[in-house]
Amino acid sequence: MNEPNFFESPGAGGSVGQPLDRVDGHDKVTGKARYSAEFPLPGLTYGVLRTSEIAKGKITSIDTTAATKEPGVIAVLTHLNLPKLAQTPNTPEGKKAIGAPMGFLPLTSDEIHYAGQPVALIVADTFERATHAASLVRVQYQAAQPIASFLDAKAEIFDPLKVQDGKTPGHTRRGDPQAALAASAVKLKATYNHAINHHNPMEPGATTAHWEAADRLTVYESTQGVTRTQTALSQMLGLPREQVRVVTKYIGGGFGCKGSCWPHTPLTVQAAKAVGRPVKLVLTRPQMFTSMGHREDQTQTLTLGATKEGKLTALIHEKTSTTSPWDNYAEPNSRIINLLYECPNFEAKYELARANVMTSTFTRAPGEAPGSFAIECLMDDLAYQLGIDPIQLRLLNYAEKDPSTGKPWSSKSLKQCYARGAELFGWSKRNPKNGLTRDGRHLVGLGMATASYPVHNSQGTARVRLYADGHAVVQSGATDLGTGTYTVMTQVAADSLGLPVDKIRFELGDTRLPTAPNSGGSVAAGTVSSSIYMAAQDVWQKLTKLAIQDKRSPLFRAKPEDVINEKGRLVLRKDKAKGEDFAVLMKRIELTDIEGTGNGKYGAGYESGMAASPADSGHKDDTAGHSMHSFGAHFCEVRVDPELGTVRVSRWVSVHAAGRILNAKTARSQIIGGSIFGIGNALMEATHRDDTFARYTNATLADYHIPVNADIPEMTVEFIEEHDPYINAMGVKGIGEISMVGVAAAVANAVFHATGKRVRDLPITPDKILSAGVAS
Amino acid sequence: MTNDSFTDQPGAAPDDGSRRSFMKQAGGILGLALTPPFVSQAERLTALSRKVQGVSEMRLKVNGTVRVINAEPRVTLLDALREYLDLTGSKKGCDLGQCGACTVLVDGRRINSCLTLAVMNQGREITTIEGLAKGDDLHPMQAAFVKHDGFQCGYCTPGQILSGVACVNEGHATSDAQTREWMSGNLCRCGAYPNIVAAVREVQQKGGGKA
Repeated sequence: MNEPNFFESPGAGGSVGQPLDRVDGHDKVTGKARYSAEFPLPGLTYGVLRTSEIAKGKITSIDTTAATKEPGVIAVLTHLNLPKLAQTPNTPEGKKAIGAPMGFLPLTSDEIHYAGQPVALIVADTFERATHAASLVRVQYQAAQPIASFLDAKAEIFDPLKVQDGKTPGHTRRGDPQAALAASAVKLKATYNHAINHHNPMEPGATTAHWEAADRLTVYESTQGVTRTQTALSQMLGLPREQVRVVTKYIGGGFGCKGSCWPHTPLTVQAAKAVGRPVKLVLTRPQMFTSMGHREDQTQTLTLGATKEGKLTALIHEKTSTTSPWDNYAEPNSRIINLLYECPNFEAKYELARANVMTSTFTRAPGEAPGSFAIECLMDDLAYQLGIDPIQLRLLNYAEKDPSTGKPWSSKSLKQCYARGAELFGWSKRNPKNGLTRDGRHLVGLGMATASYPVHNSQGTARVRLYADGHAVVQSGATDLGTGTYTVMTQVAADSLGLPVDKIRFELGDTRLPTAPNSGGSVAAGTVSSSIYMAAQDVWQKLTKLAIQDKRSPLFRAKPEDVINEKGRLVLRKDKAKGEDFAVLMKRIELTDIEGTGNGKYGAGYESGMAASPADSGHKDDTAGHSMHSFGAHFCEVRVDPELGTVRVSRWVSVHAAGRILNAKTARSQIIGGSIFGIGNALMEATHRDDTFARYTNATLADYHIPVNADIPEMTVEFIEEHDPYINAMGVKGIGEISMVGVAAAVANAVFHATGKRVRDLPITPDKILSAGVAS
Repeated sequence: MTNDSFTDQPGAAPDDGSRRSFMKQAGGILGLALTPPFVSQAERLTALSRKVQGVSEMRLKVNGTVRVINAEPRVTLLDALREYLDLTGSKKGCDLGQCGACTVLVDGRRINSCLTLAVMNQGREITTIEGLAKGDDLHPMQAAFVKHDGFQCGYCTPGQILSGVACVNEGHATSDAQTREWMSGNLCRCGAYPNIVAAVREVQQKGGGKA
């Protein structure tokens, strides 16, 4: 690496890594933190969506008379009168330019493609009046028979050639898997079914649109990326980027569903244009199930060939899932199956079927979460069949380099994760036989699974303004989903500038700040921290130049390359006694402040020196000499009630190796949170789409179960220290996604150990335990 | 429009009276639905009930201060706080009483403020997250949430903290298992539950902490 990096920085070893309390904690516990629906603009009005009851057909008439007459109602907007956009995602070119998650925008025609599709947007002076008026809009439809899912008899399964908007090939093949399988001593094949999952962040999608002039817009948006939303809106509106400002100071969770600009955002913007006043629109909780994507319903079949000693010889993966009428979206399950274990022969294929649903989207650990469920359950079955300990089987197939590319790993500490996790969990005390461990009436099971997530390609920018009085303002247009961005970036800036953390003010969440990538795909921590570190280096270089030109400086006429900074002092590398504090220098030369900017590269672009798109995590992950991944292991104990079929997680251990950990406290919380998200996926989360009407039947938080406090035990989290010089200047891999990978498999493997029954359909609800014939 | 107590809002009356006439009664219906149908309670509601229609003046005692708003009777306490008083610390997560993000204390008792109308809460002591700290001094529960990282995104946090305060005061935090059960009405999607339990445990062990 030619670029400077944090490993060699004398600032390292300061605040970074310490379990600092969140710097935004005070605002969050006192109610001062303002989320996107909480900006009290003058003249603010309220937008409410009326959505379609049918899943397929045409609107034949909309009678808005009664709604329009309601007191306080300002506008009732439908496809007939909503101001037209310069560009919509309804064409492939438009979709690409906008970066839209879905190739269809409601309120652009009379066609209905999915239940819950917006058909009218009502604006009134109060929320209550808008809500009531929405109920008075009379919509007549010509309904057609919808297709509910890929399982629908009317559904046509097709080969998409590519999935994920072309980012993932529909077919992958290494070696000769069919021949290898035929020659294998051991063959296993299993099918795994996954219910629809919804992200359900606690804060619903929210947009507050304010036209400050006819051609200048500010949007307070609940988004994981202000720049991506700015791109989408500027394209749709036909406005220059700088005339669209997007602000997200706080966001109440995202988990992928706020990673794109969904229809309610441009619709609110156009409503604000129509009424000439700011409009705030907050999705209702039921609307959250039909407005911001979901994890698709899917089935995957994995076939495995192995030697009788347990060495993998072939893996064949097939996935079929539901997509929308317009897009070929499928989360890339096979990516993790292709590289988790050494296996010379591999094949993967995706199939899709169109149904009357909106397009699914990335949901925490997209691809890796369901993919790891298949491979980690099947490895567990293989271990059981061959009488090998599950960890031993994984070590037997340990991939010393990336099997999917043949490249060496930039770093991999998975063996340490297994060893430490097993020690913390007490794995050695596990009875190798299934169904034999009891505690009173409960069957007790211990399971484990491997986790892995790639370091995607990304880049970002940051600005540092250092003041002579010893404080600094640091800026990057990132977002903090609760992952700790505010806090960890404050720590990175403090160490990079040699200042205490309370002398740093870090600002984010605004397109007026330097561009940062979406918070998604685990790229934010590594990219933004590297950007800040590089911006600080820019400041030091500028100050060094000033010092060596100043006769009064002890560094006068020193060579720039001989000067380093050490905790806020510019000193000679070989004689650290010689130098001066930056504040002394700046005051002497009467400099109030000095500004530096930095470009941080993350992933393949860092190693290869190539640039990625600043607003996108990108998928150009194969340009580097190394394969870059984080790894980890989850350990789960469950107690199964054989009479009731209930499964409770009673102990949990996660050990991860993910490069540098920026804050031990927030990182632990993130791993706990991802594990709990995965426990929900494993045991309770399922959105049910009616077979006949293609409508969701449980679109509330009382009916779509997410884990509650009583579902979750004490959890143990540890990190393996890892020094990875190839991935970015900070050596950070990111942990938001990997925390969920393998979780469902760890739970299912524990259920298998407890009961001797393998449940391959998620979620593992009591009916499935009972129908599996668990003996009490 | 008949016998409207608040006729000074021209144009505020609906053409279609059906929903509004329901809303006139909603206070009583909601109250009865949420509490056991003791005769005394029903009598109390009858005694207190009066017809309120259209935009009217309401007096809400929030965090020790009486605040006056002009709002329709169908405005929930949550929306009154957020949209009329700019007290946005109370969060709307579902508006259906299912997530707990809107939890506030009314006369010391934790309630989902999305399930009660503002008009019904006149004359009661309403405590929101904004009123929990004493000046710059955080309430022990707030400090414990920061210390134990009892949140990530922060959206469920005000509700969790107020629920935690009530949970301790109710005597429902005497063990971790009990705390988990009695804090299960407050959903946290970021999954901060073990940290929330740690925060509640610490406050309980240090002798509670009245709101």
